[in-house]
Amino acid sequence: MSDFEPKVVAFVCNWCTYAGADLTGTSRIKYATNVKIIRFPCTGRIDFMLLLKSFANGADGIIISGCHPNDCHYTSGNFHAKRRWIMFKELMDFMGIDMKRITYSWVSAAEGARWAEVVNTTVARVRELGPYVSYQKMVNTHIEEEVTNE
Amino acid sequence: MSNIAAKAKELLESKAVQVVIGYEAGPTGVVRPAFITDAAKADSLIYNENCVQNLAMYLTKHEVKHIGKMGIVATLPVMRSIMMLISEQQVVPENIVVLGIAEDGKLLDIADMNVMHSHIEKSNLGNPTKDQEKLAELNKLSIEERFKFWEQEMSKCIKCYACRQSCPMCYCIRCSTDCNQPQWIPVQSNTQGNMDWHILRAMHLAGRCISCGECGRACPVNIPCHLLTMQLSDQAYNYFKVHAGTSVDMKSVMSTFEPNDKESFII
Amino acid sequence: METIKKLIRKQSLEKLYATLSASRKVYAPVVAADKRVEYKYNPAYAEVTFEHIQSTLSVKNVVFPKVENLMYYTNNKVDSTITDIDLTKIPEVVLWGSHPCDNSAYDVLKSIFCWDIKDEFFAKRLEKLVVIGLACHQSDAYCFCTSVGLTPNSTKGSDILLSKTKSGDYIAEILTEKGNAIVTASPDLFENANNEEAVIAEVKQTFNHEQVTEKLKTAFEHPFWVANSLRCIGCGACAYVCPTCACFDIQDEAKGKEGRRYRSWDSCGFGLFTLHTSGHNPREVQSQRWRQRIMHKFSYMPDRNESLGCVGCGRCSRGCPVDMNISEQLQGLQNI
Repeated sequence: MSDFEPKVVAFVCNWCTYAGADLTGTSRIKYATNVKIIRFPCTGRIDFMLLLKSFANGADGIIISGCHPNDCHYTSGNFHAKRRWIMFKELMDFMGIDMKRITYSWVSAAEGARWAEVVNTTVARVRELGPYVSYQKMVNTHIEEEVTNE
Repeated sequence: MSNIAAKAKELLESKAVQVVIGYEAGPTGVVRPAFITDAAKADSLIYNENCVQNLAMYLTKHEVKHIGKMGIVATLPVMRSIMMLISEQQVVPENIVVLGIAEDGKLLDIADMNVMHSHIEKSNLGNPTKDQEKLAELNKLSIEERFKFWEQEMSKCIKCYACRQSCPMCYCIRCSTDCNQPQWIPVQSNTQGNMDWHILRAMHLAGRCISCGECGRACPVNIPCHLLTMQLSDQAYNYFKVHAGTSVDMKSVMSTFEPNDKESFII
Repeated sequence: METIKKLIRKQSLEKLYATLSASRKVYAPVVAADKRVEYKYNPAYAEVTFEHIQSTLSVKNVVFPKVENLMYYTNNKVDSTITDIDLTKIPEVVLWGSHPCDNSAYDVLKSIFCWDIKDEFFAKRLEKLVVIGLACHQSDAYCFCTSVGLTPNSTKGSDILLSKTKSGDYIAEILTEKGNAIVTASPDLFENANNEEAVIAEVKQTFNHEQVTEKLKTAFEHPFWVANSLRCIGCGACAYVCPTCACFDIQDEAKGKEGRRYRSWDSCGFGLFTLHTSGHNPREVQSQRWRQRIMHKFSYMPDRNESLGCVGCGRCSRGCPVDMNISEQLQGLQNI
């Protein structure tokens, strides 16, 4: 699968990572174009269902990124997010959904180069894993599949 | 007359409660919930090892709570559910009388929530042994095998929501699944949507599940969905040292935090 | 056509199965890993069970699938293009070994789906369905077919009905042209029946459905409903395992410009089922929803569809997590 271009969705916080990604651009640092960035007010506001929706809709990898601990614009949003991700990761692991496809990171507004690196490593890793067909193929399966007229 | 029936009779006669929620034997011999409002009928209350349903879900059911003050036959999982419901302000402690049942089946004297708290503290708060074994078995599998296992299980789901309805902690009047803008969970049953639903359910119960296993028992197609929430109760304890449903002022795992929460995967 | 009685030996039955499954989809019961009985398409003959009392789910899905696509659409800038489902592609299905209760349910479903306007999806699937039923030689405490006017060997809805004999062979009652076509295709598998006797289960009658229907006419406000549904938790298990429950939801699901409209099972047990946009819910509490379930099957349907909405399979009671035993409740209603 040499011509496989992974689709990676990045859910980032407005105050740190989004600004950091801006800095990557203004610093003219080149990085993988496979990433589609979605801006959130805060990592604490990123619902885990969005990750599942992304996978179901064709994402091969996901990046979630926000302010470093203690740097949250709203004081504690990222701490809440951290707890949620810990539980989510454990559940995903238990259900056999590959956590190698999801990158969690803290990237501040000053870390433009770091953002490029986070994206590049994620894209490289997902490229290696290939398209996430095992999740996507579930979308159209139901028991009646065999008698439907699709 | 059993101790439970006697106690129920006493409570109903003294008008301390208007209804006692307990167990009775149905016509086919299956144990099922009973709602006794008349002291004369208290005799039908039974307790044996088949009385496993978590009755706490009725404490938030509209038609039950409107009968009046409730007495409830409560094994350990029910007591823990009651604690959770009080800590989440769904149940007022003054409105319920707990007919606690010890592990050996004897009636406990639960005068108030402090007594219940100390009883729960003394008990084993981990997952039931047979579920622990199943969890360990699954955790030993490779990630691909685990996915296969759950994919197969989820394909059976018919979206009857018995898991949600039977859970005392799933008391929301409007569930995320009822929301159609955005449509978080597809209305139809397909494997991916079913998996989404079970992930959502487990996440919303993270740190709140009291390991009664009712969801798995309620499932008409035998999906072991209780293992998902039980795995997370294990992990909630591993990471945050919290067992759900131990005190009336428990801090919810997912709506609180410690600055030094440990993780190893965020780069 | 007139019923023809034949005998089919155990060994011939296997050959019949092989012939049918070679050219068609055969939907037959197997015992799953967790001991539940479920139906599968073309399982190996060795897997097929003849000893099941009841499968967990009914087999209504062969005519009324859990999810069924109704159309596909593409949204353009100004209008939409609609692609209809090609109903001619619906395959012929042979339902194998389903019990008389399940088989008589197709008439009930037909009275709903083809009531005034014919539901094309349902009608086509029913047209393509051949039913080789299996009379019950055993039953359990939940069975109550005899209380709703059926018997463990009712021929209603079957094209061929097999009944087990003491020697382990099967009497085949050939009931329709569809059934006859199968027999004429493999004539050497069937022998002329002598006076072999079939083993038929005994199912005790627990209530009189005509009396129940009569009682229900005036029972709408009766305290029975609240008293007997306090333990109902409001899940959809009873409706989803039921062979005659026909309620469905219609949804559009789109990805970008492309989408499809499908229908999927729904249940009157859910609060959301009747919730209005305004927030008002005409069936606000569970007792009203439970009443609707019983009323619909035993009062409204006899009234409007001239058929009872229940075939006495007992699945709802077996599947209920809180033992809402329907035959017990109907006995209760008969005596109010």
